[in-house]
Amino acid sequence: MTERLDGPKVPPENPSGGPASGPADTPRKLRLGPSPALAITFLLPAALLLGVWVVYPIVYSIFRSLFDASGNGFVGLDNYVTIFSDGGMLRTIRNNLIWVIVAPLVVTTLGLIFAVLTERIRWSTAFKLIVFMPMAVSLMAAGVIFRLVYDGDPDKGVANAILTTVHDTFSSSQGYPEARPREGEQSPVVAEGGGVVTKQPVQAGQPVLIPIVGVKPEVMPSDAAPAKAATGGDGLSGTVWFDFTPGGSGVNGQVDGTEKGLPGMTVEAVSNGQVAGTATTAEDGSFRFEGLPAGSYVVRLPQSNFEGAYNGLAWLGPTLITPAIIGAFVWVWAGFAMVLIAAGLAAIPRDALEAARIDGASEWQVFRKITVPLLSPVLLVVFVTMIINTLKVFDLVFIIAPASVQPDANVVALEMWRVSFGGGNNQGLGSALAIFLLILVLPFMVMNIRRFRRGDS
Amino acid sequence: MRKGRAAAILAGLAVAVAACGNAPTTNEPAASAPASGEATSGAKTLEGVTLEVAAKWTGEEQKNFEQVLKAFSEKTGAKVTYASTGEDTGAYLGPRIQGGSPPDIAILPQPGLVQQYADQKALKPLSADVSKEIDANYTPYWKELGSADGQVYGVLIKAAHKSLVWYRSQALEEAGVQPPTTWDEMVKSSQTIADSGTAPLSLCGASGWTLTDLFENVYLSSAGPEKYDQLAKHEIPWTDASVTTALEKIQQLVSKDEFLVDGRSNTMQTDFPTCVTKVYGQDKAAMVIEADFVAVTAVESGAKVGEEAKYVPFPKVGETAPVVLGGDVAVAMKDSPGAMALLQFLASKEGGEIWAKLPGYLSPNRNVSPDNYPDPLTQELGKTIISAGESVRYDMSDLAPSAFGGTDGKGEWKILQDFLRDPSDIKGAQEALEAEAKKAWK
Repeated sequence: MTERLDGPKVPPENPSGGPASGPADTPRKLRLGPSPALAITFLLPAALLLGVWVVYPIVYSIFRSLFDASGNGFVGLDNYVTIFSDGGMLRTIRNNLIWVIVAPLVVTTLGLIFAVLTERIRWSTAFKLIVFMPMAVSLMAAGVIFRLVYDGDPDKGVANAILTTVHDTFSSSQGYPEARPREGEQSPVVAEGGGVVTKQPVQAGQPVLIPIVGVKPEVMPSDAAPAKAATGGDGLSGTVWFDFTPGGSGVNGQVDGTEKGLPGMTVEAVSNGQVAGTATTAEDGSFRFEGLPAGSYVVRLPQSNFEGAYNGLAWLGPTLITPAIIGAFVWVWAGFAMVLIAAGLAAIPRDALEAARIDGASEWQVFRKITVPLLSPVLLVVFVTMIINTLKVFDLVFIIAPASVQPDANVVALEMWRVSFGGGNNQGLGSALAIFLLILVLPFMVMNIRRFRRGDS
Repeated sequence: MRKGRAAAILAGLAVAVAACGNAPTTNEPAASAPASGEATSGAKTLEGVTLEVAAKWTGEEQKNFEQVLKAFSEKTGAKVTYASTGEDTGAYLGPRIQGGSPPDIAILPQPGLVQQYADQKALKPLSADVSKEIDANYTPYWKELGSADGQVYGVLIKAAHKSLVWYRSQALEEAGVQPPTTWDEMVKSSQTIADSGTAPLSLCGASGWTLTDLFENVYLSSAGPEKYDQLAKHEIPWTDASVTTALEKIQQLVSKDEFLVDGRSNTMQTDFPTCVTKVYGQDKAAMVIEADFVAVTAVESGAKVGEEAKYVPFPKVGETAPVVLGGDVAVAMKDSPGAMALLQFLASKEGGEIWAKLPGYLSPNRNVSPDNYPDPLTQELGKTIISAGESVRYDMSDLAPSAFGGTDGKGEWKILQDFLRDPSDIKGAQEALEAEAKKAWK
């Protein structure tokens, strides 16, 4: 409490970064506290617990990291060499680097924005509560939630549901996704550039058959009528139909009795690379080009006929997985950052802001030149705490990444668990990773502790 | 460890005291309740003993197993608690072994773990009584599976038939194809089913073990049992031509995007039970290649086994009709009479038949009559396992060191997933497999 009251005094000291001079020259001779024996007695329980829970595990991990999987063979620094020579491990370290650079930055920035903006709105407490709420959810549960959010199926995953809804408002697909021409020697058509073309050029009077297969039942239009093979006659005509008889009795490449036409297909007649005419198939799949000059054409069903519904992004695929998990991390921690920064904001001397405003500074200038510098100690604390948090991130990655992409999303803490317990049972290598992680975290820990100490003085 | 021994001695004392007809006096807190409650007969020799069994089963499988444990409790008076290890049994048991407080009995999903834990001296050799029970009820092949370095440690108590192709009969009827009996038919039928507008295959790309099962069936059938054994022990390299052949066969099936339900990227994110629901619940795909336990999910998705949900033996790729089995091996981690009695019970005809009457269970015990199984399909499966005899092979990846054959995102699981993501690079996959295998078998 007292520190909080002292708070406003701290910032003016800090930007200069000058040496904290005050408490160091407390006179030594005069002892106000209890006798050293008493002090040690009181310190003992804490020291004992720290020794058992912190010092011993660290020392033992260092010791264990010098031995092999079974714990019997001394291997020296081999485990550490493995960390830096294994390809998978290097990717793990790269992922950690992305985490450490991106996640704290995004969390701190978002926290700052939220904190500054909530100061100005009326329902700020309610807003803060909502943003802070994810902190109440355990990371494990957050992982489960985001595993669902990122689900590839737009009917399940809200991320893709949003993407597809937005996409579909601008363009809708009416085609036959995943349908394709019948393959094989006998087939008169072949897939080309996402569309379908006839293998041979065709002339007027010669009916064109375009057999299509793989039409999903759900995209089959309800008004599709049984296909009729075009009989020729004037002009260039033909049939586009679903060349599949339920039960499989049909003959490939022939229009059999019950096979349905595919209405609404765009058909192009192409001559020397130029589209000479366009037609659309009727309910029975037939099409006819009107007013086409005589000659030979290649009949083409352009790609637009086969464009599938947009299904969003593969959030949980190998490329997007790390950003996706960082998104979940930000969701959890942004509230925490906001609350800390808001507390710092409340402690900023108002008169400095007022003075700046009176001097004619714009709001942006006030924010840029006054608020942020005064907040910088708090921002740094949040930033460093987040770095430590990202270095030890485990549960989110473990839960959100499906097993098949986990190697692509791997981070050091997860790898440590995986090699020690998750099947590898190599606790030597696991301990080495733990020590590696400790070394990574240590500078930030020291930084934070220093900062706290300076704050206390 | 010392605690465990003390418990064992206490249990021994309990047996002796119970034989005299007196209520046993032990320190075990759980002892008092069941001991005083029932006083039926002197057969309850384990009154007051508390046992812990750890296995990976959850849900329905756990409930069924607990019924078997209940039967044991009723017979002997011992109190048995069940602990679920989660998917990763090794991760659960490892720290408990290191901490010196393992469960009395652990049920290992991979025989490879028997060897591993035997090396760590975490397993207790089976007592003579249990060994006798195994000799009476199991063929030598199964006994060998539970052994390490010539010493019998475990008994295979539950088998899984992994050489099946499940299909949705309606989807095949609509496409007008017959259930495949050979690999070429399988590929051809898949094309026809894809033409009909239904995706033929639902692969569980996120669950690496389903891919190793697929590989093992293809390999056993195309390369034969001898090569299979050699590869399982890493006596021939993974760069062997026989592996190339097997991967080429798999490539025929998985290289076409239109064969995979929801496309390749979603296939890689589909885990095991979900891929079954894509066949039976959502009716999006026609076939799923997995073991007998698909039935559980199929029924949950509302399909009737035998009507909508049917299966055929895995199609022959080469000369051999493949029969690959999986199974769970029960081992003792504490050397107590209670633990041995439970193992004996689980290995016995009596215990097996109680279990067999419940759904979702197949017994490798030759004296458990297939007639006990609740439905004709399971009875059929039971017969194949018992009669398959010498030609049957155990799941290769489960025999491998678990870093190679049983870990998410590592070894064979990961490489086969990578192969499914990009099936064009057979050579690269083989080299990666060989590199990982070298690390695991060093």
